[in-house]
Amino acid sequence: MIMDIIGTLFSKFPLVGAIGAVALIMIFSYWFANVIGQKRMGSAIAIILSLALAFVAGKATEGSGGLADVSYFSGFALLGGSMLRDFAIVSTAFGVKLENLKKAGLPGIVALFVGVIFSFTVGVIVAVALGYTSAVDAATIGAGTVTFIVGPVTGTALGASSDVVALSIAAGVVKSILTMIITPLIAKKIKLDNPTTAMVYGGLIGTTSGVAGGLAATDAKLVPYGAMTATFYTGLGSLLCPSIGYMIVNLFL
Amino acid sequence: MEIYGLGIVAFCLYAGSFVGYFIGSLLGISGNVGGVGFAMLLLVLISNYVETKKGGWSERTQSGIYLLSALYIPIVVAMAGKQNVVAAFSGGAVAFLAGGLATILSMFLVPVIGKLGKQNSIDE
Repeated sequence: MIMDIIGTLFSKFPLVGAIGAVALIMIFSYWFANVIGQKRMGSAIAIILSLALAFVAGKATEGSGGLADVSYFSGFALLGGSMLRDFAIVSTAFGVKLENLKKAGLPGIVALFVGVIFSFTVGVIVAVALGYTSAVDAATIGAGTVTFIVGPVTGTALGASSDVVALSIAAGVVKSILTMIITPLIAKKIKLDNPTTAMVYGGLIGTTSGVAGGLAATDAKLVPYGAMTATFYTGLGSLLCPSIGYMIVNLFL
Repeated sequence: MEIYGLGIVAFCLYAGSFVGYFIGSLLGISGNVGGVGFAMLLLVLISNYVETKKGGWSERTQSGIYLLSALYIPIVVAMAGKQNVVAAFSGGAVAFLAGGLATILSMFLVPVIGKLGKQNSIDE
């Protein structure tokens, strides 16, 4: 009887249950990040943990919806769905100043375009080289290489399958985590020690969590400069990848 | 009011997505092409316009928008949780190679493009 009531709770309030579950995942991840002395990796760890749970759920249910296929966690489909995701992404543009766009100037804008096009191209080449030869699949994986948001946005627009979308997210997550880890290590080598290169760096790498984490680990004073250009990266990627990017890929494949 | 902030973002998402779906149908792709990007650009333009004309939105309106951006990472965590990871792992090398190569090669472009900045004076 008790189990029935608990089951009813999860089926009556699925979104609330998902929010609670994500809160638990994040509490654990931030605690773990703190324990290993990498405070800024909290969100990256939470994403990996969530992907790992989706892996376990996928194995257990043999479904394609990860945790959302487990009846207790069906709310993940709504909380992690494209509606709330797009709603939240748009809100992050608030606070970006037009004059900051101009201040970032030529190198920032060049870095943004080069960064998005370069990452997309590398992603597409790797995808094709490893056998994802349909234009939709290659463009989605290339877009995921831009950031783990641009991947699903592009994949949804082009009608890519869920496993390719998952791959694109994984590529973006690899980029984000790697950025946090190697930025402080190679900062000197790439002359990442002043506002100009910090803005260029933000525009080239673009993954906001990776850039903020990596710069904070290098020199906290550089964070706003890098974050400023990085804010535009996902928007520019969402604009270019499913449109011009896909059309160009479609020409070659 | 907080709901005004949520409403502003909702308006931007609808307006941006309208453009996105319009371009999508022009291109013959049934999808929202760049709508999120247009919505972000619209929010930047509107918020900067209000900032210069009226000194910005009220604090409570702003906190509605900040509530949404605070939910960004948790939503991404939930999004990761509903993916078909099992299928992704069967071709996992793509993710590691694509993400890894793009990151490391991009890093080495930083000093190259940074040189452009030396010719342009930027306030430090």
